[in-house]
Parts: sequence; structure tokens; C-alpha cells
Amino acid sequence: MIAADLLVAQNIGFAIIAAIMVIGALRVVTTSNVVHAALWLVVVLAGAAAQYVLLAAEFVAITQVLVYIGAVMVLFLFGTMLTRARIGVETDLNNKNWFMGVPVAVLLFATLAIALNDGFGDQRLPSDSPVVSTQQLSDQIFGPYLLPFWALSFVLLAAVIGAIVLSRRD
Amino acid sequence: MLLNQFLILGAVLFCIGVYGVIARKNAVMVLMSIELILNSVNINLLAFSLRNGSVDGHTFALYVIAVAAAEVGVGLAMVLLMYRNRRSIGLDELSEMKG
Repeated sequence: MIAADLLVAQNIGFAIIAAIMVIGALRVVTTSNVVHAALWLVVVLAGAAAQYVLLAAEFVAITQVLVYIGAVMVLFLFGTMLTRARIGVETDLNNKNWFMGVPVAVLLFATLAIALNDGFGDQRLPSDSPVVSTQQLSDQIFGPYLLPFWALSFVLLAAVIGAIVLSRRD
Repeated sequence: MLLNQFLILGAVLFCIGVYGVIARKNAVMVLMSIELILNSVNINLLAFSLRNGSVDGHTFALYVIAVAAAEVGVGLAMVLLMYRNRRSIGLDELSEMKG
């Protein structure tokens, strides 16, 4: 019965995409080439968009592709170019005591995994839930969540002005 | 689909991002690791949103995406400033405040 469950198409899709995402994320933090790291990050972000589709979140998936893969990655590539990173292998991308990150990450993951197993052991996601429509989402944003939306627009304004002020050359 | 498979995926990405923030010296790479962390949070928000049958998680995921975009903009402006002032973006060289 469990074996039959594991073979649902959604689960196979999840497993493939999750494996690609984890490999991509590991490459992002281990590769010694800044441009390669940015391109591996594209893989992870695209996989995340695919997972959002599996989670019945179309609009968020499209926003992820537009904002992250479209805009943020261009910003990253501009950032690497403007700081004249070597296009090629770079040897000093890591701290000298980088290995301390490994136990921290492993312990953190062990804690999270135990907590998640205790809390949500075998809860299932509803398999027949309808896709969240853009109309529902906009009703939420422009209804009960209007104030955070407003605050967010001020955050974006402040970020734009701050970026211009910081990078102005004078 | 189990709820836990999405949460564990989010936890794995989160931990890889934390490792990147700790291990990387290059400021641009640290910003990329922060993007990994924010994405894992988004996966969690959407998974819980589907489990509860509500739209709130989607709203917050959109807000997280917008805040992440603002963060990258300001962060890269700061990295550029750092590069202009000291010709390097190694985070270990920012040690003026060390006692």
C-alpha cells in the first residue's frame, strides 16, 4: 500500500525535482566559480517554481520565475561582473575556517528533521484541492492584507532609493 | 503527497543555505546563500497553505519574494560600494570594528 502510494505521479515528480534542487543547492555553496554558482542557483530557483506548481500555487510559481530567475539573477550576474570577479576558478571564496559550517548545518538539519517527524509524522496533503486562483490571491492581498502590502511598497521604495544613493559615484 | 516531504526539502535547503552563509567569504556568494534560505521558507509557507486550505501562505510567499528582491538590490549596492572602497569583496576584511 505504501509502495503503491510512493508511485503516484506527483510523488515521482517531487522526488526528481527535489533531487535536482538539492544537488544544485550543494553546487551553489561548494563550487569555486562565482558565475557557475549563479547558474546553479537558477536550477534551484526553477525547481522551487516547479514545487510551487505541485503545491497548487500557480501565481507564486510564475512570480518566482519572473522575479527570481528574471530579475534577481540578472542583478547577481551584474554584481559579479561589476566587482570584477574572475571568470573562472577562484581559490579564496571560502573562509579559512569554513569547515565549521558543516557541523552547524548537520546539527541544524538533524534538529529540524526530528522536530518535523514528531510534529507532522504522516500527515497528508489534500490531493484534490483546487488550484488557488489569482483572483482569490488578489482578494487576499487587497483585502485583509492591504496594510502589509502598503508597508511592502514603502520597503521597495526605500530599497530603490537606498540602492541608488549607495551606488552613486560622487 | 505527505506534508513532511515538502517540509524536509525546505529544511535541507535551509541548512545548505546556512552552511553557505557560514563558509563563504565572497559577499556575492553569501547573498546567494541567503536566497536559498528565503526559498526554503517559501516552500514551507506554501506547503502549510495547502494543508490548511487557505490562501494566507500564498500572500506571505509573495511578500517574501518582494522583500528578497529588495534585499538583493540593497545588498548588491553595498557590495559594489565595498568593492569601490577597498578593491575586494572579502567579508573577513571588514574588521574595523574589531576590539
